[in-house]
Formats: sequence, C-alpha cells, structure tokens
Amino acid sequence: MSALKNIIYNCRKATFLIEKKQLSPLTFQEKVELRIHLTGCSFCRLFQKQSISINLMVHELFHTAKPTERGLDETYKKELQERIENELNKN
Amino acid sequence: MPDYYNLSSSMSSQKHTESSSSETHTIDPHLWVTHHADYLYNYAITRINEEEQARDLVQETFLAALERIDRFEGRSTERTWLTAILKNKIIDIYRKKSSGLKNITIDSGAEQNDQDFFDPDDGHWKKAHRPQPFGIEDTTDALNAKEFNSILKRCMQKLPGLWLSVFTMKHMDDESTDFICSELKVTPSNFWVIIHRAKLNLRACLQKNWI
Repeated sequence: MSALKNIIYNCRKATFLIEKKQLSPLTFQEKVELRIHLTGCSFCRLFQKQSISINLMVHELFHTAKPTERGLDETYKKELQERIENELNKN
Repeated sequence: MPDYYNLSSSMSSQKHTESSSSETHTIDPHLWVTHHADYLYNYAITRINEEEQARDLVQETFLAALERIDRFEGRSTERTWLTAILKNKIIDIYRKKSSGLKNITIDSGAEQNDQDFFDPDDGHWKKAHRPQPFGIEDTTDALNAKEFNSILKRCMQKLPGLWLSVFTMKHMDDESTDFICSELKVTPSNFWVIIHRAKLNLRACLQKNWI
C-alpha cells in the first residue's frame, strides 16, 4: 500500500518511468504504478506527450539531415587529399 | 568499376545483394576526399557539433584508415569501413568529455538540479516547473517545426557533456543500453538517471524558450 501511495503522489518517479518505458519494457508493477499515476496527474500526462514528441523530433533531426547539407570547404579538401597522397608516397 | 560511392541511405538495403555476390569491395585512397569527405564531415558534425573538431576528425579518420589499409577485406563498402573508424573516434571524444564530469553531474549537481523540478518532500512538480502545452503538439506547421528544431538543437547543446553523449548515442545511433554503459563507463542505474534528467532539462529548456 505504501508503494502505491508513493507513486500516486510522486511525479519524479512517474517521469522516470515515462522515460524508461520509451527505451525498454517496464516491469508489471512499474506499468501499474505508472498507469495509476497518469490517471490522476494531468501534468505528467502532458509530460509524457511532450517527451514522446521530443524523442520523435530528435530522431527526425538526426536522421533526415541531408548528407551534403554542410560540406567541407574546397581548400581544406585539397590539402587533405595532398596529405593522403604524401602518406601514400611514403610507402 | 561499380558505383559504390553514391550509396548512403540505401546502403543497408543494397548490402545484402552485394555480399551475396562473390564480388569484394575495392578501396582507392586517391578518391577518398572526393567521395567521402563531405559525408564523413556531416556524420561527425551532427554528433559533436564543433566544426573544427569535426574537420580534424575527418582528417584523422583518413590517416588512421591509411595505416590499416591492409586490413580492409572488402566485405563492406569503403564508406562503411571509413564510417566505422570515424564512429570509434567520436566515441573516444564522448568518453573524454564525460570523464571528470561524471562525479559532478551524477552525485551533486544533478541531484540539486532534480530537486529544482520536484518538491523534495512529496515529489510533486514544483509550481514553476509544471509542464505547460507547447502549442505545437498537434500541428504540423512546417515553419513552426523548423524554428522549434533550432531551439531543440540549442537546448541539447546546453546539456552536460556526459548527458548529451548518452542521449546522442541512444537517439542518433540507436545503440544498446549495454553498449553505451560499457563505452562511457556508466552503470545501468546511472544510465537511467541520466536519461531521465537529460529529458527533464531538455523539456524545461524547450518550454522556457518556446512559449
């Protein structure tokens, strides 16, 4: 009972479980605890919604960047190739 | 000569057909810069966000690759091979950035930080830190999204080094929790603490800068 009471009032724990849930499965007890908390807490429901969209946006941000969006400047590339040629000629 | 070089996102889908043929991949350092420099630079800069360091990393990757060129067996494409070398170098940087910060962020700094969000007695959201709607949760406004993304990027850069490294490895490269823990030398329980605090801070930063 004290465990239950603990989660009903504990947003710190609930947000922890919200994060954990998105990356790995919760235990049965954790699932129940989180569900009970979310039923009564609109702030954590909003947190969950925002947390999920942040993860989606971060994923988008990382995966849709075009490969040649930002390139190296040509001078640097020329010097780089020269350096490689030098190394190759050493052998 | 087969055109391996224009493969990027389609790489994984083509890998299968390539490896099922008897053909092996060739390697030609004379063309490395032309074919891979921009790609590798972008790979690096999206993960460390420092132009000069990203540039150095590209150079270091090519030089390291030259040293072990005899170990290239042609089972993967040149680009995959080079990217693997770069990736290890990036993880080295994460590791360097995170060592030393570890004690501060986990033991003291973050603890206090955490208490900023929640009441230390009952664990409730403090009034000032309660989540508020961003107002774009349900819209798909492209302009808004673009602006929101740039705030998101800035907010991510404000996270402490170790947190950002963990966050990036998880979300950008979908690395397993075990791998991240062993590479960055954090315990699984600290890993979850970091994931939790990184998100609390990131969300709070977005709320502060967007609304």
